[in-house]
Amino acid sequence: MIWDNQFALDILPRLLKAFLQYTLVITVLATLLAAALGLVMAVIRYSKVPVLSQITSGFLQFIRATPIPVQLFFVYYVLPDMGVLVGAVTTGVLVLGVHYASYFAEVYRGGIESIPKGQWEASTALSLPMKTVWQRVVLPQAFRKILPSLGNYVISMFKEVPFLLFISVPELVAQAKDIGGSSYRYIEPFTICGLIYLLASYPASVAMRKLETRLETT
Amino acid sequence: MKPPEGDTVNGASTDRPFIHFDKVVKRYGDLTVLDHLDIDIAAGEKVTLIGPSGSGKTTILRLLMTLETLTEGYIWVDGKPLWHKHKGTQLVPADEKYLREMRKQIGMVFQHFNLFPNMTVLQNVIEAPIRSLGQSRDQAVAQAKELLKHVGLSAKEDAHPTQLSGGQQQRVAIARALAMSPRVLLLDEVTSALDPELVAGVLAVLRELAETTDITMLCVTHEMGFARDVSDRVMMFDKGQIVEVGPPRQIFENPEHDRTKTFLSAVLAH
Repeated sequence: MIWDNQFALDILPRLLKAFLQYTLVITVLATLLAAALGLVMAVIRYSKVPVLSQITSGFLQFIRATPIPVQLFFVYYVLPDMGVLVGAVTTGVLVLGVHYASYFAEVYRGGIESIPKGQWEASTALSLPMKTVWQRVVLPQAFRKILPSLGNYVISMFKEVPFLLFISVPELVAQAKDIGGSSYRYIEPFTICGLIYLLASYPASVAMRKLETRLETT
Repeated sequence: MKPPEGDTVNGASTDRPFIHFDKVVKRYGDLTVLDHLDIDIAAGEKVTLIGPSGSGKTTILRLLMTLETLTEGYIWVDGKPLWHKHKGTQLVPADEKYLREMRKQIGMVFQHFNLFPNMTVLQNVIEAPIRSLGQSRDQAVAQAKELLKHVGLSAKEDAHPTQLSGGQQQRVAIARALAMSPRVLLLDEVTSALDPELVAGVLAVLRELAETTDITMLCVTHEMGFARDVSDRVMMFDKGQIVEVGPPRQIFENPEHDRTKTFLSAVLAH
């Protein structure tokens, strides 16, 4: 099989569209969900809210111990039997978002625990309301420390979006597979696929490493 | 609302003490740090706590700031129990809301400053008055600028704590505590973490504060010169109990107890 430039150019727009419309959008939405949900879980666990804290911690264990495809199939094929119907893209965002929320929660926890005791004590001594302590003292400092790890998780989530082809989300890799299936040409679609991923995630990880060294030195 | 009868020293009917420790016990597991301690401190009084490390003096400040929980006993501040609430005729452990109200009249400066590194100097000082006292931003900023001028750091308003020397950071921490207009100021070894040449600047600020305000000050320090100059009374602690109390002149020049003598000679020889 020999590389066909014309064919590659012909399929490029379709692949790029799938990348932008699905892969990227799903990554962004799932990241937002993971960031928010992970934060809630981390604060619940750190504040040792009774019952909720145990439930959260059990849920985290469960999520991390099961593979993403199983979670996808479960939400997409099993939940409708129970009367909960979720679209494919929504399923993808939910599963990736919740799955990564469990990692985010761990990272947040590490960040929160890295805040020196003196910061909490000073906050108490100033009678700061708990909300202010979290919003203005603890989280801003924790975020600086954990931003690089969060970034790395986002990059790895980005690379797990292709799992969604199992539930027929027309993201980049699913499209490449489709093109291959209908034209019997696989080299161009999957090479382009890999290149798009490389071009997107390599600069992102370099930027993360830069950010890491910058945050360490300030 | 008054402390129980008969707890003024020897029944002498002087003014009600502003701060009153009533048989206060603090234990960590098997370790007893404070053992049925009674202390009375008058409003506006400047008291220095001295003694070997582990004698419980820092714990006294931390109990007053509600950073440590009380094991037994009662602490009264201005006639109100600090750690307890009245429920009918009984005193029950207070909730967080009550503690937060009680805390507002007490401020603390720490050995390691504990400034918020993610905020500028000015933000450090205005944060609590805005968020906890509900002051307007303008009001808080005006007050903070005044306080920072007072501690000689007007030029550093927009700096971040990491850009300041230890002495400067500690002066910001003092300004930050004062911005809450506390009636009690707790000073926990505030010069111990400083390079020797930076100590004088911090002590000068505190000296002025002691001389010009009626804030009640409790000060744990190893700076005996400072203790002698600013204190109304010095309390010598050992093993969670008061060994000796008196005006600084008496404690430093004429200590009665051997424990005080050995402690002072060890510290002063330093």
